[in-house]
Amino acid sequence: MDEFLLRAMVAGLGLATVTGPLGCFVVWRRMAYFGDALAHTALLGIVVGLLLGTAPLVGVVAVCVVVALLLAGMRRDGRLASDSLLGILAHGALALGLVLLSTMERVRVDLMGWLFGDILAVSWTDAILVWGGAGLVLILLAAYWRCLVAMAVDEDLARVEGHNVGRGRIVLMLLVALSVAVAMKVVGVMLITAMLVIPAASARRVARTPEQMAMAASVAGALAVVAGLAGSWHYDTPSGPSIVVAAVALFVLSRLLPGRAS
Amino acid sequence: MSHTPLVRVSEVSVAFRGHTVLDGVNLTVEPGRIVTLVGPNGAGKSTLLKVAVGLLPPDRGRVAFGARTVGYVPQKLVIERILPLSVRRFLAMAVRGPVGHSQLEDALTLVGAGHVLRRQVADLSGGEMQRVLLARAMLRRPDLLVLDEPVGGVDMAGQAELYDLIAALAHRDGVGILMVSHDLHVVMAATDEVVCLNHHVCCAGHPETVSRHPEYLALFGPRVAGSLAIYTHAHDHGHLADGSVLPLDPDHPVHQHGPECHHG
Repeated sequence: MDEFLLRAMVAGLGLATVTGPLGCFVVWRRMAYFGDALAHTALLGIVVGLLLGTAPLVGVVAVCVVVALLLAGMRRDGRLASDSLLGILAHGALALGLVLLSTMERVRVDLMGWLFGDILAVSWTDAILVWGGAGLVLILLAAYWRCLVAMAVDEDLARVEGHNVGRGRIVLMLLVALSVAVAMKVVGVMLITAMLVIPAASARRVARTPEQMAMAASVAGALAVVAGLAGSWHYDTPSGPSIVVAAVALFVLSRLLPGRAS
Repeated sequence: MSHTPLVRVSEVSVAFRGHTVLDGVNLTVEPGRIVTLVGPNGAGKSTLLKVAVGLLPPDRGRVAFGARTVGYVPQKLVIERILPLSVRRFLAMAVRGPVGHSQLEDALTLVGAGHVLRRQVADLSGGEMQRVLLARAMLRRPDLLVLDEPVGGVDMAGQAELYDLIAALAHRDGVGILMVSHDLHVVMAATDEVVCLNHHVCCAGHPETVSRHPEYLALFGPRVAGSLAIYTHAHDHGHLADGSVLPLDPDHPVHQHGPECHHG
């Protein structure tokens, strides 16, 4: 196996490890639109990073965290961030990012790479960053697991039972923001939500507990990464979309399984 | 002797988007007492419960909590099918620390749902879900139980059983109960205090008193109110066809008044 393919595999598997459990919360709490909004604002983060002369990833993390906290605050005062509001934010941020990027002539930006991922151009440094970010997300998830699962069941019950729901919400949104930054290099901003939602949805069919579903989602994501990269290698297709196509194929297969708890 | 009630709501007001839902409401729940909120839809009953368990901070007024552990049953809980969760796990989540299998089974048996322990929560029927929610609240060994229409969707026979269970929790184990109910006749028989709510507290007191209060009559109409009174009257008197009092005991020509009874 060529080394660049190995690097891609390592980074992709790191991503799948974290999008599995985190994606479960995204589907349990109907946060797919929220994930989209964050992912699309990540493009603005790249612009910010370029303007400040820092690494794009720094801008992405900063902008995603700020937007996540703003959205968390909007939810707390009872006015729910509605689907349409998130849609406006997502597409507005994406369009604004594209417009701003096009005006920055002095930098050459691999736009396709940011939008759809360029996993085959991942360096060892990138791979280490992916695993570092993934490790951080997993540690935080483990620390807040009980609280987050209780909130996924019902926020009112969780609060009456003594869980700190306000903090749980912020933690979850920050985790999604972090995972967006981690995922960007691998699948690109357009397809990040796919990596969160599709493996989790595929895992539902074989799981009877939240933990089983989280682990199965990681496995499904990892299978999609391996199959997608293999396909990308054999048929010379773009890597990010190939991974997502493989994930969708897995999802379809999972629906054909005899349901344990349909 | 100083004792704190399990929860005391004082002069609480809540408004949503300028629309007043609760207006200067007072409410106290003592150990071993059943307080039932009645009132029309949209009267603020569920909102008051949320204030009383600390889920909703009031705009004005104070809430003082004396309860150690609160059990809460929301009006409705829908768990998405996408979340894999067994009833056993759902119950165990309510308790801190490990909880034995037999303990879970006993709690379910008490609410008449012993057969659902291994089922997925998303597969429960509405009535089964209400029973499981009640079992879950009881597993916390609360000293205050707050129940928002606890028997909604439960079959008739089950409703009576569950109300008996709730009454036993209060009168045998000393749990304070605050609940919302629409099942006027069944509830009233076992309730220590009725609070008739329509944004403000219209009237409160012993069921017999409340059921004859003019504001209560105005709120529910004489038909509903009358059917209730039949169940809660101490029946030291009868009624003539026009509703006027017919003394049963010649030594007491007029019916007895309760301590909180202010009518003529």
